[in-house]
Amino acid sequence: MLDIVKHSDLLEIHGVCRSFPKGSGEELVVLDKVDLTIRAGEIVGLLGRSGSGKSTLLRIIAGLIAPTSGAAKCRGETIAGPPNGVAMVFQSFALFPWLTVLQNVELGLEALGIEATERRTRALAAIDLIGLDGFESAYPKELSGGMRQRVGFARALVVHPDLLLMDEPFSALDVLTAETLRTDLVDLWIEGRLPIKSVLMVTHNIEEAVLMCDRILVFSSNPGRVAAEIKVELPHPRNRLDPAFRQLVDSIYARMTQRAEPKTPAIEGIPGSGVGMVLKHVSSNVLSGLIETLAAPPYNGRADLPVLAGSLQLEADDIFHLGESLQLLRFAQLSEGDLMLTDAGMRFAHLATDARKKLFAEHLVNHVPVMGLIRRVLDERPSHTAPAARFRNELEDYMAEDQADETLKTIVSWGRYAELFAYDEQTESFSLENPH
Amino acid sequence: MTLKEMLTPRLGQALRPNIWDAVALILVIGAMVLIVYGGEQTTLPLSALDTTPVSLDPANLPVYALRTTMRMLLAIVCSIVFTFSYAALAAKSRRAEIVLIPLLDILQSVPILGFLTFTVVFFMNLFPGNVLGAELACVFAIFTSQAWNMTFSMYQSIRNVPKDLEEATQSFHLSGWQRFWRLDVPFAMPGLIWNTMMSMSGGWFFVVASEAITVGNTTVTLPGIGSYVALGIQRQNLAAIGYAILTMLLVIIAYDQLLFRPVVAWADKFRFEQTASGEVPSSWVLDLFRRTRALRALTHPFAALNRAISNLRVALPASLKMTAKNGPPSRLIDVLWLALVAASTFYAGLRAYQYLSSTLRLSDVIAAFGFGLITLLRVIVLIALATLIWVPVGVWIGLRPKLAERIQPLAQFLAAFPANLAFPVFVVIIVRYGLNANVWLSPLMILGTQWYILFNVIAGASAFPTDLREAAGSFHLKGWRWWIKVILPGIFPYYITGAITASGGSWNASIVAEVASWGDTHLTAAGLGAYIATATEAGDFPRVVLGISVMCILVTLFNRLLWRPLYAFGERRLRLG
Repeated sequence: MLDIVKHSDLLEIHGVCRSFPKGSGEELVVLDKVDLTIRAGEIVGLLGRSGSGKSTLLRIIAGLIAPTSGAAKCRGETIAGPPNGVAMVFQSFALFPWLTVLQNVELGLEALGIEATERRTRALAAIDLIGLDGFESAYPKELSGGMRQRVGFARALVVHPDLLLMDEPFSALDVLTAETLRTDLVDLWIEGRLPIKSVLMVTHNIEEAVLMCDRILVFSSNPGRVAAEIKVELPHPRNRLDPAFRQLVDSIYARMTQRAEPKTPAIEGIPGSGVGMVLKHVSSNVLSGLIETLAAPPYNGRADLPVLAGSLQLEADDIFHLGESLQLLRFAQLSEGDLMLTDAGMRFAHLATDARKKLFAEHLVNHVPVMGLIRRVLDERPSHTAPAARFRNELEDYMAEDQADETLKTIVSWGRYAELFAYDEQTESFSLENPH
Repeated sequence: MTLKEMLTPRLGQALRPNIWDAVALILVIGAMVLIVYGGEQTTLPLSALDTTPVSLDPANLPVYALRTTMRMLLAIVCSIVFTFSYAALAAKSRRAEIVLIPLLDILQSVPILGFLTFTVVFFMNLFPGNVLGAELACVFAIFTSQAWNMTFSMYQSIRNVPKDLEEATQSFHLSGWQRFWRLDVPFAMPGLIWNTMMSMSGGWFFVVASEAITVGNTTVTLPGIGSYVALGIQRQNLAAIGYAILTMLLVIIAYDQLLFRPVVAWADKFRFEQTASGEVPSSWVLDLFRRTRALRALTHPFAALNRAISNLRVALPASLKMTAKNGPPSRLIDVLWLALVAASTFYAGLRAYQYLSSTLRLSDVIAAFGFGLITLLRVIVLIALATLIWVPVGVWIGLRPKLAERIQPLAQFLAAFPANLAFPVFVVIIVRYGLNANVWLSPLMILGTQWYILFNVIAGASAFPTDLREAAGSFHLKGWRWWIKVILPGIFPYYITGAITASGGSWNASIVAEVASWGDTHLTAAGLGAYIATATEAGDFPRVVLGISVMCILVTLFNRLLWRPLYAFGERRLRLG
């Protein structure tokens, strides 16, 4: 190496902000004043809920989008377009289905204009390293998910990047495959066989972050900020059952549930307030099922989130999301990494279907402002109907278009379950009349 | 790209030729000889057409078929070149897109045969006294029947390239040029090939129609199957028509087997899917070439060349660079651009108005619209009749997999067959029995296009899920109820696709179907097609322009107000899976 690591900091991010325009013309802030430094020789994890802006940050570093303000430098140079010495592994693998494994791996080298024989040698070496021997002439569609992601890794490693970016690289894989790939990668890393200096990975899987990273930056949502930085000093290879490992995972869970509380005590984790509250769609069946599970032994109304996530085979992100929906409806309360049923939640668990619907409707009208609004409008209008567009416009004053979509979908699904109103998909209108 | 890489065969692949090489080589050389021979004929002076006029001797038919096929090939090459540049420009430049896409949409509904009038004059003036001018006019007519839907398909593919692959190309520093060849083109390939096949099917109709052209005083008869049939009609020779139909059958079969099947089978790898699907298209020609040793080795330099071209360091404009909005695109340039577009539109509109208003009165416009409505009525009635006949037949066939497998290629083949070759047969019957031309010429409009309804309905019925059929059976849904609740909604999206194609084709066909002759007998049905055809023959350009504009407006309205809403409804509510 000629440039004797003049910049020991591979990557410097200073006060980076990023916002997107909202329907009302205002800006939706996704990243707010984020600082991050990456030095050679470390694996850094960006951990956060979906929508916390961690993927946006990764794309800023990859030079795929530009920050609205702030400075992003890679190897001392301001990032404008994909920087040299950075390669990326994608959540969806992003392999070209019409190219063979070998051609996919060679792609990055071809773009660099590397001569054919060297290209071939390096590609074969990367394929060998990542355990893809024998698959060189296969097309991606012939491979299993795990093998495809290996191609993704080989394609990134073959350009010998200083910094390897990974965007939730294991989240599209099944549990067993993901685990094998993680340990293979960590093994190669500690043996020093990877031709890279540092890794930056985005994940929403807490255990994965603790298993692989030297440093974890926990992101808070709305807007995305670095809420905490956690050093992981456990020696590799790490054991998930090690008490120190469990303790660290528990403490991160607690931090991620507790952190949001001071902001708006009533509706933690849910962006927006009043009518402009962004609702994420969760089926009423799932909510009922979760309430029943919580009410029954062994939880008896209170569950430790990591334990609950483990037994339900859910990602941390999903369990947070469910917990928050229950919290919004006042059927449960999240705190300190626990999920507790409220009295109403307990009552719900023991009611029959019709009574459940009544209780659900009551809570919807009282605690989800937009549901109350729709119901009022329908009651007041002589025709008892209202086009969805009327509410969509109102929602778009507060949130981005896709958020309004999701919110509207949730409104329809919950409102139908609670029999608060009917919705006709063809005319896209709400009404009070249910077909008899 | 090193020479070494080009010449090194893959592992275990010797350069020694095998028997398949011989077969494949003969095919290749044969194709080359034919192309050269066909090409030589086009540079002859125009007078050569008079000294060697088209003759009805069936022995000439192979040569005529060759000439016709050459025109098709040339047109398809032009269409592909056009598609690549037009679609890429429209997809990559926002400002170009504003103009190009609506333009394409209108061009799609312009009756192609109406174009002939202008293009023949234009190209004949470009190459005065040379056959080349007439040839180019013919090729251009075919081109205009093929290019638009191909371009649309490619444009839509480029716009819908998966985001992650786009990010991957950027992240790995592929240049705009590399990205185009490595991502955009392969991704667009399956749609493009499907549309090219559909275009070819339509193209046969127009190549036949445009070989014998009369515009005012100019009559050009290019040697080909179309002019052979035209002469057959003039001489009232039914046997000649039969020979022509037979030749055309063989040509289309050969075209399909030798060109399209191999391309479809080869392009299977471009299908964007992450899991292998059950059915893989196959082609004996492609298998043959894949089995050859030496010929395969010969393709290595081409593959290497292809790589080298796509890796060229060609700088493409900035829109391919970072998508981030550091500053919004310049408003000022936008305004200037829109002003320019508006100004040229206004100018064009003014000139068109001046040209038309000098010879045409309002009553002419009303008359043209009146004829338009008559043709519209014909189209609606014919589509309804074809639906009543082919939907039940298609469902019946589609639900029987073995039968569908055999009938489906036949239906597709019939759709590709230029129905205008068969028109004389019908005209003879009408003349013989003194039938009413206004009624009995109408079915000719849908003769070639009804098959689109049939094969789409077969496809829909074949794809209908077995579990739904079984569910319907177990609930004793039968008769009328079964049709309304089960199968018709199930095949609806497919039916609409077929009906749209059939309706568009019928409008076009009206120009050749509403006027027909047999020897000295001329039959005319009142309608917009006849209006345009008569005006063309008389060289009455203002009326041709008027007729085309009216048809264009009617077709566009018909599509926007009827077919598009139905299509959207089918896709949204009735698409299964």
